[in-house]
Amino acid sequence: MKLIFLLLGLLILAFIAVPILKMILASSPAILLDTLFDSQVAASILLTLYAALIATVIGFILGVPLAYLLAKTNFRGKRLIEGLIDLPIVVPHSAAGIALLFVFGRNFFMGKAFEAVGIQFLDSLAGIVIAMLFVSVPFLIDSAKEGFKKVDTRLENVARTLGASPWQTFTRISFPLAWRSIAAGNIMMWARGISEFGAVIIIAYHPMIAPVLVYEKFETYGLNYARPIAVLLILICLIVFIALRLLVYRGDKS
Amino acid sequence: MISIRDLSVELGDFTLKNASLDVTDGEYMVILGPTGAGKTVLLESIAGLYPIKHGQIWLRGKEVTKLEPDKRKISIVYQDHALFPHLSVKENIIFGLKLKKAAHGAIEKALDQVVNLLGIRALLHRRPSTLSGGERQKVAMARALCVQPDVLLLDEPLSALDPQTREEMQYELRQLQRLLHITALHVTHDFEEAIALGDRIAVIGDGEVKQVGTPEEIFRQPNSEFVARFAMSRNIFPGVIENSDSGDFLFKTGNTAFIVTNKSNGATRATVRPEDVLISLEPVHSSARNTFAGKITRINDKGSTLYITVDLPPEISALITRNSFREMGLTAGMQVYVTFKASSMHVF
Repeated sequence: MKLIFLLLGLLILAFIAVPILKMILASSPAILLDTLFDSQVAASILLTLYAALIATVIGFILGVPLAYLLAKTNFRGKRLIEGLIDLPIVVPHSAAGIALLFVFGRNFFMGKAFEAVGIQFLDSLAGIVIAMLFVSVPFLIDSAKEGFKKVDTRLENVARTLGASPWQTFTRISFPLAWRSIAAGNIMMWARGISEFGAVIIIAYHPMIAPVLVYEKFETYGLNYARPIAVLLILICLIVFIALRLLVYRGDKS
Repeated sequence: MISIRDLSVELGDFTLKNASLDVTDGEYMVILGPTGAGKTVLLESIAGLYPIKHGQIWLRGKEVTKLEPDKRKISIVYQDHALFPHLSVKENIIFGLKLKKAAHGAIEKALDQVVNLLGIRALLHRRPSTLSGGERQKVAMARALCVQPDVLLLDEPLSALDPQTREEMQYELRQLQRLLHITALHVTHDFEEAIALGDRIAVIGDGEVKQVGTPEEIFRQPNSEFVARFAMSRNIFPGVIENSDSGDFLFKTGNTAFIVTNKSNGATRATVRPEDVLISLEPVHSSARNTFAGKITRINDKGSTLYITVDLPPEISALITRNSFREMGLTAGMQVYVTFKASSMHVF
C-alpha cells in the first residue's frame, strides 16, 4: 500500500516541480540578466514586492488583533466570522476584484471617502494593495489564530497575577509565544500577495505588477517574451520564500 | 486575611453554591475535593482570573471581587507549573519585578533571596524545557514568591511529581510557608497531602463546603458520609442513637449495638477508622468496650498492611500489619473477634 501511495505522491510532486524547473533551466542566464536590467521589468517586480509588503503590514496591524480575539475568546457568531475570513480564498479572484471596485471605485462610498484624503484606487498602487490585501489576509489571520490558540491560557494567567496588565501580558507572553506562527502567516500572506493576478488586473492594470506584465508580454509578443519575466518572478519568490522560512524556523530545533 | 463569601462558581460539571471560607493570616488552608476541573476555577476566581457572578472575595478587609488580578498581590502556582517557555529560569523568576520597573539592585536582591531559599542557583540560566518536574516546581514557587504576594494559591502543585519528589516537596513547601509566614490556599484531591500540609482543611463536594476543620477534626470527626469517605474511613454505618440503661449511648445498626461516648442529636451515621479496630482470635479483655465475634469475609492485601473485613453483621474493616496477619494465620471464613474503644467511634 505504501508503495502505491508513494507513486501517487511522486506523480503530484513531479507535476509541481517539473514545469517550474524546466522553465528555469530552459532560460539562459544571459537572457535572464538582460531581462532583469530591463527597466520596465525591474520596476514591475519591485512594485510587486513593495505592494505585497504594504498589504502584509496592513494585514498584520489589522489582522493579528482579530486573530487573538478569535483564538482566546468565545462569542456568539464566531464561526460565522471565521467563515467570512476564509471567504476570499474560495471566491474567484476576478470576482473579488469586481467586488472591491464596487466599494472602492470613484463613484462609491469608500472610494469617495478615501478620495477626500487624496487616495484613489483605480489604476494606482493603493488599488494593487487592497486587491492583494483582500485575497491574502486570510492566510495571516488563520496562521496567527492557530499560533495564539497554542499559547496556554495559564501562562497568561500567571503573568497577570505577577502584575502584568492585559497589554503587557500580550506583548511579553502571548505575542512572543505565537510569533513563529504569526511570522509564517506573514510570509504566506506576502507570497500570496506577490502571486496575485486576477483581483489586481480588475482594479489596477497599471501600474503593472509582474504577473500582469507576464500576461501582457504573453498576449502581445508570445511565449518566448513572457517566459524570462516569469522565470525571474519565480526565482525571486523562491529565494525570498526560502530565506524567510529559514529565518523563522531556524530556532525551531529546541 | 482572605475571606470568601457566598461564592458561586459554575463550570460544566463543577458547581459551587454559596461557598464561604475564611483563611487567617499566615494560615495554610487546604481545599480538598474530588478530581475535576472545578477546584482550579475556584482558585482562578480568587485570583481574579475568572469572572465572579455571585459572591464576594475580601482581602485584608477590603472587597476585591472586581479588582484586576495584577492589583491583588495573589500569586498562583499551577499543577503543570506553567513556566514561560521562551524565558530562562532567571527571567521567569524576575518577570513580575521587571514589570514593576523595580530598581536593578532590588531585583537582584529579591532574586537572590528566593534562589537561596529554594536552592536553585544552579538552574538560573537554564530553559524551562530542560528542567525536571521537581526543579520546575521550585522555579514556579520562586517566581510566585519573588513578587512578595500576600496570598499564595497552589493548584495541585505536587500532582505532576513522582512520589518521592512529592514527599520532599511537601516538606519543603511547608517549611517555606512557615518561614515566610505567607497565607497559602492549596487545592488537592489527595487526602494524605491535605493531612500533611494543612493547618486546616476545607472539604468541598456536591457543590458545597462540607466541612472546615483541622486535619485531626476531619480525620476523627467527619460531619458527613462524604467527608468520612474522603478521609478513607471504610466503616460507615447507618443507624440511630439510643440511651442505654447504664448511661452510655448506644448506636444501633440492624441488630448490632455499638457503645459510643459522644452523642450527636439526630445522628444517623457512625464511623470507626479501620486502624482503630483490633482483630484477635480470642475475646480481648480490655477497657475497649466494643467486642464482637464474626466471620472474615474478605482480605484486601495492601502489601505492608491488610484490610480484614469481618461480618458481625454489619461488615466492619480492620487495618492490620502483615506481621500480625501472619502470626494469627487469618483466612477467609475464620471466626475472629473485633474490638474497638467506644471513644473511637464517631457519630454524626
